[in-house]
Amino acid sequence: MQPDERYGRRWLRATSAVFLKDWHAELRTRYAINALGMFVVTTISIILFSLGGEPASPEVLAGMLWVVLFFAAMSGMSRTFVMEEERGTAMTLQLQAPASAVYFGKLLFNLVLGAGLTLLTVVLYAVLIEGFVIRSYGVFIGVVTLGSIGLAAASTIIAAIIARANTKGTLYPVLSFPILLPLLMTVINATRLASEGTSWADAGGEFQILISYIVVVVTTSYLLFEYIWKD
Amino acid sequence: MAIRIHAEGLRQVFSRRTIFSGISFSVSGAGVLLIAGRNGSGKSTLVKILCGVLTPTAGWARIESDGAQDQFGRKAMIGLVAPYLQLYEEFSAMENLRMSMNLRGYRPSDDVSRGLLDRVALDAQRQDPVRGFSSGMKQRLKYAMALVHRPSILVLDEPMSNLDADGTAIVRSIMHEQRTAGILVVATNDLTDIDGWDTEVNLNAAR
Repeated sequence: MQPDERYGRRWLRATSAVFLKDWHAELRTRYAINALGMFVVTTISIILFSLGGEPASPEVLAGMLWVVLFFAAMSGMSRTFVMEEERGTAMTLQLQAPASAVYFGKLLFNLVLGAGLTLLTVVLYAVLIEGFVIRSYGVFIGVVTLGSIGLAAASTIIAAIIARANTKGTLYPVLSFPILLPLLMTVINATRLASEGTSWADAGGEFQILISYIVVVVTTSYLLFEYIWKD
Repeated sequence: MAIRIHAEGLRQVFSRRTIFSGISFSVSGAGVLLIAGRNGSGKSTLVKILCGVLTPTAGWARIESDGAQDQFGRKAMIGLVAPYLQLYEEFSAMENLRMSMNLRGYRPSDDVSRGLLDRVALDAQRQDPVRGFSSGMKQRLKYAMALVHRPSILVLDEPMSNLDADGTAIVRSIMHEQRTAGILVVATNDLTDIDGWDTEVNLNAAR
């Protein structure tokens, strides 16, 4: 043991341990990966059948893309905290790692899961949905990247809040919706702008909102997490 | 390094039911603190408060140390073994210990891990997933996990649960070592689990 190591280094080791624990557990069980993959394929198929080859407006297609991403995130990102409670390992974790290391480790895991989810959804959506055309690729990549980070950030802290509730499955999307509403409205509008070929300057306002949202959610979560996590 | 556990006016209420109230005690230096009481008297609740994973309804419990404080605070000073403490069952015993060292911010050491597993007689099963362990083997692994950071305070809630004769002998040796090196806290109904104590907190009369 090296108790004289600097706190920052020990904290980073604890944070990466939380992330790697969840990552290796996920690779062994593949619960969230399989659930998210099936959810995305199923919902995009339903959208495809519903449209039936009929053209849809950029607003509708942009909205539907984020509906898929929102509900997919809701079905998979709560697992990181819910599993700790269901298996009874939450206290094991509390006894060992600082609360901030647990929060950032879990956030990192959800960011990676969210990045994979977004990539899969966007690729399938672009290939399968006729009429979904992106004219401004840079803006679109920026929007889905920031949108995915925002989804992961909000989902992580909401998952920590609902993990101890008896009605986790129902409570999660219900509680998430009002918190995610500013993010969803912004990304839907920015995705529509990207499909219409807008410039970076014209989409600047949307990016400012997205970055502010992420900063506010992560900072608030960091400050509140110890109280949510302890009792 | 002298270490003290100091609790003052502890009261715990769950769903308007008072579990205990007016609990005050102080333990310093090496020795044994016994937490006794019938089922439902709040032994495990008091253990959780001492370990810092539960905030009492009223009062406070502090761990004080004369030496340099570890940056991870109470987590670095306490090791807990309890029936409600669960292991990561999809990982092996070695992986659980490595993970525990990393979570505590220490660089993992296979030598330390194997030494601890050898002490609880699990070295031969070190690569097996914990999911396949018996309840007694899991209890032994919990002892290895609790000792990974050489805690000043070892807290044992029902210390002999699920253990066979060999396991009981291992735990008695761990308890004997801890009571001279630091503070041993034992919460139990069965006083044969423990070879004497210095301070007793009896929760039977603490409603």
